[in-house]
Amino acid sequence: MADLVCKDLCMTFTNPQSGAAVEALKDINFTLKKGELLSVLGPSGCGKTTLLNMIAGFINPTAGDTSLGGKIIEGPGVERGMVFQQGALFEWLPVSKNVDYGLRMKKTPPEESAKMVEKWLDIVGLQGFGDTPTYQLSGGMQQRVALARCLINDPDVILMDEPLGALDALTREKMQSLVLELWKETGKTILIITHSVEEALLLGERLFVMAPRPGRIHKEYNLPFAERGLTESLRDIKQDHQFSEVREEILTMIWNMEEEIMGRV
Amino acid sequence: MFEWLSDNRALIAAVIIFALVVSFIASIILGRKQNALTENDEVFGDPERTKGGWHWAVCGVSALLLVWFYFSWGVGRAYYPLAANELCQVAKLEEATSPIRAALPIGSRYYKSTLLVSRNADQLEDLRLTLPTDVFSSAEQEELRSLIDQISLLIVNSSNPQNLDPDSIARLAALSADLDALTATLQAGPDGLQPTEEALAQPKWGTTHVEIPVLPMTPKGVLFDKVALEAQEVAGRFNKIRNHLPANDALIADIKSRIEAFKAASEAGTFDESTAEDRDAYVKAVERIFKRLDDGLIFPAASLENVNTAIANLEDAKNDARGGLNIVDALFLPGDGVVKSRTQCTEQGSARWLPKPTDVVATFMKLANPDLENGGGYRGVTLLWWKWLPIADVVGFLVPDWIADIWPGEYASHGPDGTIEPNFKDDLLAFAQGEVSLGYIPMFDGHIWDSMFRVLMALALGILLGVPLGLLMGVSKFFKSFFDPMIELYRPVPPLAWAPLILTIFGIQDDGKIFLLFMVAFAIMVISARTGAVGTQLSKIRAAHSLGSTDAQILRNVILPNALPEILTGIRIAVGVCWGTLVAAEMLAGTTGVGFIENIARTVSDYELIWVTILIMGLLGLILDLIMRWVIDKTIPWRGKG
Repeated sequence: MADLVCKDLCMTFTNPQSGAAVEALKDINFTLKKGELLSVLGPSGCGKTTLLNMIAGFINPTAGDTSLGGKIIEGPGVERGMVFQQGALFEWLPVSKNVDYGLRMKKTPPEESAKMVEKWLDIVGLQGFGDTPTYQLSGGMQQRVALARCLINDPDVILMDEPLGALDALTREKMQSLVLELWKETGKTILIITHSVEEALLLGERLFVMAPRPGRIHKEYNLPFAERGLTESLRDIKQDHQFSEVREEILTMIWNMEEEIMGRV
Repeated sequence: MFEWLSDNRALIAAVIIFALVVSFIASIILGRKQNALTENDEVFGDPERTKGGWHWAVCGVSALLLVWFYFSWGVGRAYYPLAANELCQVAKLEEATSPIRAALPIGSRYYKSTLLVSRNADQLEDLRLTLPTDVFSSAEQEELRSLIDQISLLIVNSSNPQNLDPDSIARLAALSADLDALTATLQAGPDGLQPTEEALAQPKWGTTHVEIPVLPMTPKGVLFDKVALEAQEVAGRFNKIRNHLPANDALIADIKSRIEAFKAASEAGTFDESTAEDRDAYVKAVERIFKRLDDGLIFPAASLENVNTAIANLEDAKNDARGGLNIVDALFLPGDGVVKSRTQCTEQGSARWLPKPTDVVATFMKLANPDLENGGGYRGVTLLWWKWLPIADVVGFLVPDWIADIWPGEYASHGPDGTIEPNFKDDLLAFAQGEVSLGYIPMFDGHIWDSMFRVLMALALGILLGVPLGLLMGVSKFFKSFFDPMIELYRPVPPLAWAPLILTIFGIQDDGKIFLLFMVAFAIMVISARTGAVGTQLSKIRAAHSLGSTDAQILRNVILPNALPEILTGIRIAVGVCWGTLVAAEMLAGTTGVGFIENIARTVSDYELIWVTILIMGLLGLILDLIMRWVIDKTIPWRGKG
């Protein structure tokens, strides 16, 4: 019963100099059941990252609240793991020390955490890289470390802020498969923010398209592709007629929003 | 061994210089060869191009050392070890003839007589024009004018060759003849002359406090020495010659009596005060010029011509006799050469303030010798050695006395039987004061260690206190705003401006210096730690929060490592600045340390010691910086790669 609930969520940023207020988010309402995979899409400036930061507890909403398993979120916590775009790895630590960071903060006995590190490195495909300095890893590998570091803490929800945005196309596809695999194996609730429509379709059981000014959920989709991605090849799914249709629809939607922002309509 | 090295430093220098020239040329050839190999595939501006190239370092160091050897006359001494001694004898001759030359055009453009005539005539003319008409009666004015005319006549009489008395003519002729004889001696050359045993037994050039051995050590030197001695006698006679003219005698007596008459008139007269003053001043001015002219220093120019020629000939003969020395002097002893002054010959020009490298090393070896009884160390302290340090001293330094004071109870007082029974409180006090025997540990000792200790201690304190505060200032509004004004106010003040104050408060020994350096290191560490902390990526801090870190854990595990590159750079800067401040602080006060040595060396103009301290400081600074670079490479390999 660890559902993630957002109720009447509002966020208004006030410029301290001019006093001008910007409504980043307005009246966001949704419930994410345990084990659901949600992707959030939208033009830049629509409040995607603000929404994520609020769920993570980095910023507090100006009105409304978010709760996880009935508990109001008031700050960052282990039960909500974060994966950032650039990994945000601790470059002064080797891979294994990055992965077991959360365990060390909890003062887990070293033998136990060593075992878990090994297990998670195995899952994300980084066996034998434990002692490698993170700055020697490629972007994809760094992101795998970030995933392992997040998952080793066994969070209820995993929040991903454009986790694959900085990767090349091929690595990205591999990582997308990895995310789906992890979703299936761990049964975690995952909220993923992306600016790639394809990625949002592939990695979203549910998909929110957000609109800017004020930031709000414009449209919600329920999609079969994530489920299919567990068994089928992602490239096949992308060839799918239904996939293309939805993709075109969303692309047009976002295109129009961008035009609107620029004042062309 | 050291004695031998010290005595043969010229020989050693000769070998070293040869090796330096060889390595200089070899490194250039090697460098050119390597450049030819890679020239085509190197892209200009590629940082890789700066890798390697040790031969250019050899080339640069060799060039620097060669320049040093050259301008310190090290090259000259290495290959012409007797040149300075010979030049010293030449300098003796120059010193001996200098009074004669100074009175003649050969030494100072004009005859001394010409200058006297010109100056006195000008002043007489001035007096004639400024005669105060209001304080002298017209008769007196007339009298004064004629007085000035009379004095002018003295000059005229002195300048006329026909007035010269036969005695003076004979003396000047004898002088010229003597000078010519000296010229002949010089021209005859040094054949048959031999240096004395005593001269040969002198210490070599540069091995004692006397820079250059004074007694002549070569036949040529003996010749110059001999001529110099005779020239000195000739110069003495020249100085005594006066041009006393019979024609002037009556004139002088007349002028004297007339001046006296004026003085008597002024004293007897009933002039008011200011008039009397003006009259006195004018008469005294006239008298002053007269007194300058009645001592027979003005000669007719023609009468001195022969002496001038004789001196010129002597100069020529001197230059001829110097022979090869001329080239050595011009090529290898840059500057003003060797100059004789009273009792010793000294090096002039760059060699004066730039000691020879081998001499610097010899001085350093003497300082570095830990055997204090046999002239090692400096002022009773070794340069860098070790000693047995009583542990009790360390305890006494670390444990404050008030620990014993706050212990419950009273200190023991003497009992009725006149004995004292120490209780625990007394023992504690003895312990805190270091008056117990706890054994010994080996410890560094000496001037260098004292300086290092002060720097390292201050750095350690600065890092221990500055880094945490800097990190807190990087993350907390309170710490930033509360401490920022204090640190920013004291930081820009140059440490030496604080020095008088700090030394007064904490004393001139280690405490004061360490505190002064601590102030320097602390500010640098606070600023660098703060910059590092502020530069932490927000996403890393957020990631750490999400992974369940507390605030303290984030400070320790994320912000500190993130600030480490800045902190280490800060330490590197602090090491340099502390080192520089320390030397200045030690120059202000204290009895040990490298800066102390330089301060004493400065007051006695011991250039070798000054250079030794400069080189010690430079090398220690270099070593500290190399250590810091190594530490930086080892501890923050991720820098610039995150």
